[in-house]
Amino acid sequence: MRIALLLAGLLAFTGCSSVEPWVMPYEREALADPIMLTSRMPLVDRHRQHVFEVREGARGASGLGVGGGCGCN
Amino acid sequence: MAATDRIANAYHRLRRPVAIAALLSAAATLSAATLPEERVQAMYHSYDGGGVQVTGPALNARMNFGTQLSTTADYYVDSISAASVDVVTSASPYSEQRTEYGVGIEWLYGDALVSAGYANSDESDYEADTYSLGVSQDVFGGMTTVAMAYSHGDDVVSRVDTDFEDSIDRDNFLLGISQILTPRLLTALNYEAITEDGFLANPYRSARILGAQVPENYPRTRTSHAVAASGIYSHSRETSVRGSYRYFTDTWEIGAHTFELAYSHYINPKWIADIRARYYTQDAASFYSDNFDREYNYMARDKELSTFDSWSAGGSLSWDLARDLPLGLRQATVTMSYDYIRFNYDDFTDLRDGELYEFDSHVFQLFFSTWY
Repeated sequence: MRIALLLAGLLAFTGCSSVEPWVMPYEREALADPIMLTSRMPLVDRHRQHVFEVREGARGASGLGVGGGCGCN
Repeated sequence: MAATDRIANAYHRLRRPVAIAALLSAAATLSAATLPEERVQAMYHSYDGGGVQVTGPALNARMNFGTQLSTTADYYVDSISAASVDVVTSASPYSEQRTEYGVGIEWLYGDALVSAGYANSDESDYEADTYSLGVSQDVFGGMTTVAMAYSHGDDVVSRVDTDFEDSIDRDNFLLGISQILTPRLLTALNYEAITEDGFLANPYRSARILGAQVPENYPRTRTSHAVAASGIYSHSRETSVRGSYRYFTDTWEIGAHTFELAYSHYINPKWIADIRARYYTQDAASFYSDNFDREYNYMARDKELSTFDSWSAGGSLSWDLARDLPLGLRQATVTMSYDYIRFNYDDFTDLRDGELYEFDSHVFQLFFSTWY
């Protein structure tokens, strides 16, 4: 069983190494448009994230960065 | 301007801001191979809900030196007027101001962007210093961006009416990966762990035992894990849709789920409209109770630790004014944004009327950004 898993892992690894990028840079125009940005307005999005975080128990993994501490209870 | 020209120009000018987001934040990005663009952002923000009003300005400026070094500075103010349900039932309404300053530096090295930052947040009964480091790297022909970040926080908690003072040590670890799947689909996976050690309660808030108010007592440590998956899809040259889901869990046994959906649309080349919706739900912390039946080691009556859900809906309207006004600006945008938020608590009672608590919030933002 272990040998089979090892072989499967090796095959997966060598398989990955032969995969070529399938979206060329000249095909990424749509992805570079402002409406495709993770955050088009960083100040606005960070403030909205702050509004939620100080009123909810969950925090983190927002994609907007590491937050600092505050006594915003 | 034709749509193709608009997109081509956007592609040229937006590679840099995209890279910065990845650097500072481990955010999902398209490329980390260029410096962020020099840009100034200014915002006025307003929050009104649950008896709390928070307003203030925020500024961010970025300046580059050569082709490898970028610096940034932040200024942010919260002017707070608070008469929340917690305050009116156990203390007196108050007003205060929180001021935050931050500086950061980014260094481009090959396809990697290395960042360091410092921020200070100061208010009358809380001071926080945060130090951060980050790196992002493009791999796989620029289709994949891997980002890591770490930050350490030293906070000091106090009371304005006594000599009480305590501290919190905070460490944040972030790992993010963004992946271009198709010419129209960008996906991202972000993970963040946060560990805290110190005084994690609110020094003013009370718990209840059989209706009598007693000081809260929290564990002095907390570790949380959050994983978020997101995707942005270009439905057409004028329209994109995005969605995300986040799962959260921590050692206080809070479990939370967050769902977000958003839609962006070019009304014309000068105007962009955004609409969005969000739903959030969480379970209570293991040591939360609206009214304890006896004394326990740990007791909290913080509604942020209770069982509740919230939903919000909002929208933004952005105007590219550099196209209309002869200001000599290469690019400038003005955005008005509004969000409505509804909070519904399952086990937190409003002591004024004995009903389960619920409230509405209104968030307004006026935002200006220019690139130079």
